[in-house]
Amino acid sequence: MAETVFAPWDDPNETPLITFQNVTKRFGDFVAIDDLTLDIFEREFFALLGPSGCGKTTMMRMLAGFENPTEGAISLAGKDIAGVPPNKRAVNMMFQSYALFPHLTVWDNIAFGLKRDNLSKDAVATRVEEMLKLTRLQKFARRKPHQISGGQRQRVALARSLAKAPKLLLLDEPLGALDKKLRQDTQFELMDIQEKTGTTFVIVTHDQEEAMTVASRVAVMDEGRIIQVATPERIYEGPNSVYVADFIGDVNILSGTAKPFGREMYQVDWGGGTLATAASAKPFSDGQSCHLAIRPEKISITADRPEADNAVQGKVLDIAYLGNLSTYYVELPTGQTIKAQTANTRRISRRTFTWEDPVWVSWTATAGVLLDS
Amino acid sequence: MNRLSPFNVVSLTLGFAFLYLPMLILVIYSFNKSKLVTVWAGFSTKWYGELLQNEAFLDAAWVTLKVAVVSSTFATILGTMAAYTLVRGGRFFGRTLFSGMIYAPLVMPEVITGLSLLLLFIGIGMDRGVVTIVLAHTTFSMCFVSVVVSSRLMSFDRSLEEAALDLGATPFTAFRLITLPIIAPAVVAGWLLAFTLSLDDLVIAQFVSGPAATTLPMKIWSSVRLGVSPEINALSSILIALVSIGVITASLASKRHSLRIKREELAAARTT
Amino acid sequence: MRRALLISVPYFWLLVLFLVPFAMVFKISLSDSVLAIPPYAPTMKEGIWALLTQLDFENFTFLTTDDLYWKAYLSSVRIAAISTVLTLAVGYPVAYAMARAPEEWRATLMMLVILPFWTSFLIRVYAWIGILSTEGFLNQFLFGIGLISEPLTILNTPTAVYIGIVYTYVPFMILPIYAALERLDGSLIEAAEDLGCSRLQAFWLVTIPLSKNGIIAGCFLVFIPALGEFVIPSLLGGSSTLMIGKVLFEEFFSNRDWPVASAVAVILLLILIVPIILFQRNEQKQAEADQ
Repeated sequence: MAETVFAPWDDPNETPLITFQNVTKRFGDFVAIDDLTLDIFEREFFALLGPSGCGKTTMMRMLAGFENPTEGAISLAGKDIAGVPPNKRAVNMMFQSYALFPHLTVWDNIAFGLKRDNLSKDAVATRVEEMLKLTRLQKFARRKPHQISGGQRQRVALARSLAKAPKLLLLDEPLGALDKKLRQDTQFELMDIQEKTGTTFVIVTHDQEEAMTVASRVAVMDEGRIIQVATPERIYEGPNSVYVADFIGDVNILSGTAKPFGREMYQVDWGGGTLATAASAKPFSDGQSCHLAIRPEKISITADRPEADNAVQGKVLDIAYLGNLSTYYVELPTGQTIKAQTANTRRISRRTFTWEDPVWVSWTATAGVLLDS
Repeated sequence: MNRLSPFNVVSLTLGFAFLYLPMLILVIYSFNKSKLVTVWAGFSTKWYGELLQNEAFLDAAWVTLKVAVVSSTFATILGTMAAYTLVRGGRFFGRTLFSGMIYAPLVMPEVITGLSLLLLFIGIGMDRGVVTIVLAHTTFSMCFVSVVVSSRLMSFDRSLEEAALDLGATPFTAFRLITLPIIAPAVVAGWLLAFTLSLDDLVIAQFVSGPAATTLPMKIWSSVRLGVSPEINALSSILIALVSIGVITASLASKRHSLRIKREELAAARTT
Repeated sequence: MRRALLISVPYFWLLVLFLVPFAMVFKISLSDSVLAIPPYAPTMKEGIWALLTQLDFENFTFLTTDDLYWKAYLSSVRIAAISTVLTLAVGYPVAYAMARAPEEWRATLMMLVILPFWTSFLIRVYAWIGILSTEGFLNQFLFGIGLISEPLTILNTPTAVYIGIVYTYVPFMILPIYAALERLDGSLIEAAEDLGCSRLQAFWLVTIPLSKNGIIAGCFLVFIPALGEFVIPSLLGGSSTLMIGKVLFEEFFSNRDWPVASAVAVILLLILIVPIILFQRNEQKQAEADQ
């Protein structure tokens, strides 16, 4: 039998580990979380993604027990957890600042939570050694937090929060303090550890690349609401709104009015000289305003007019060379700019196009997503 | 979000009541009509009137003020010089001794400082009076000034001075045009501290002054040893009022200054 | 050249007005008391050799034979230590509450703690005479609410000295502890609670250890000056409270025995050296930890 794909959210028989039921959180007049409903399943690596102030940290702090919802209910494994203090929850948190106790060694930091459970000395020691091994920190057990590097501190924080084998681990911007190279390595380590321990992880991040890399599902948030919850692929290829399309990755947005044009096909009048043809399963009425979102890498750039569903002519305004990719900013006669991305597959090839060159940009009818808001 | 818990509210209330109630009682009872200090007999300002006619107190106040102004000014100059040499002076002969002499008076019991200075003045046959008090006050308060100024100097970006030198300033010009304006708040704070220390000092003045000079604390001391008196209450109230006005004005001014800087920075950030 | 001038002026000032006087205290503590002006012998006039040969430890031996001095030293250390503990008990909750107060209040609270420090020390001690005396405000108050029927004798007892020391030195305790607590990252407490601590456990296991340096600094800042305190025991302690600062003062002014007074000063200094060195080390350690 073929290996089943991990997708408990598609299985109606699965019961979620965590449920947010119409949760609202207000601080004075400020609404941090606005009537939010969400399910998170066991063994998930769930990412809350959004700009600062979108409410993602508040959601995490409600799960940890530092805040209680103003309205609605949060349940963990079927039990309402409102009013349960943080020290009585089977939930642990990895803090953004790591919050390592500066007066304790790495070993004592990891043992801190275990000792609170009144475990025997041996049991504590065994578990700490296990965690040190898992996070490859054996050599640093006797050091104080200020005597180790940023990456090592991050691993101590992870080990400490995992030591009590929580049902749920919360990670608040866990990689924010690391530099880019280290962050990438650590992302894979996190995924690896999540898989090994089988713990449910909820990660809060504002970094969309990080969310896409590590998460099984991503919730994109804005102003206390969840805009879309889906797997990273679905979020990227099928955003449900301009906000999500724009927040995740680079995108061209062509705004205009839709006109039905055959079965699940529409023509979009976007003021670009020609009408754009786009496929959409979602129905649009004649003259309805709409936005066509197309990723730059789905747009081709050629010198001659290609055979394509959509093609417009313009001239190269700017070129951003990123090493593996080049992005061309093509200015259309109407003044609009379209971004087209090409992969630099050959080494030191001569650039085909340079500034001011007249070019054609083209895309297929299925390359973009037609959105109503 | 940041609400104080009831326990913290109680701590703050009790703590500040403890700090301020004794002084409040003192001020209230300075308006007491009765000679008996602890029995309220109606409102009166007569003790203030009597105080203002008491030549001895007025003389002592005048001596104290003179001593405080002169000694704190000397202390500020010497203390700033000492701070500058300690922070920027590099290595020189006897540096450890020097810094030891700066820090030792901070923790020295006043009785010892007073005794030792008195022995010196007698040893060299110096007449005791205003001059010896000024010398003594200058010596111990310059150490406080130097600590205040050097903490400011340490937190200050050395490259500012280096930039001035790079642009052709002599070390002295760099100090005058760059360092001094930046450390000015600390120098002023140092002066104020020295001034208060001098106004406040009883023990050292008791040792080093002679019959010719009596400072206000000495005068207060000799009368409070005999017990509580309404005149002293009136005098204390005046001193408390003066200090409160001074400190509150200074802290409001510094708050307004930092608010203004914040606002200007915000405005600047918006224009760019 | 300017640099030499800059260094030498404050340097010589302190040499002449700080170090030399100390040398003189040492020297006179080894001299004999005589009825003359100045009332000690030998003096410089008789030459260095005579000066050195006539010095002896007689005054120090005298201090050990008369148990007044031993009692005064012990009693000073005890009073200073008890007052320090009491000051900590009063100061810590205030510092803690200040650090927990909303940020916009903190500057004002700070100012309120510092303000008494700028007002006259003497007046602050004096204020307590009227409160603690037999017919004072405290007794009136306790009598008024029916808690006592006989007035309490507090003035002229060590209790009054404790109250006076706590009152005048509590800002020195509050400020360093507040500084330590204010820097404490709130997420550390949350982390402790998240890992299973109750509020009280988190306070004991995280807050106290992390404000340790502030506590130590505050205790030294109270203990060191309290040990040599003169004004508070004289005004509030009465004749029953023995403190070494008072003994020194009386020895000097009432008995006019300068050599013994100097010897008392030298020993007081020796007693103080230990806490001063410990204090310096604590400060240094903290400065290093900050870097």
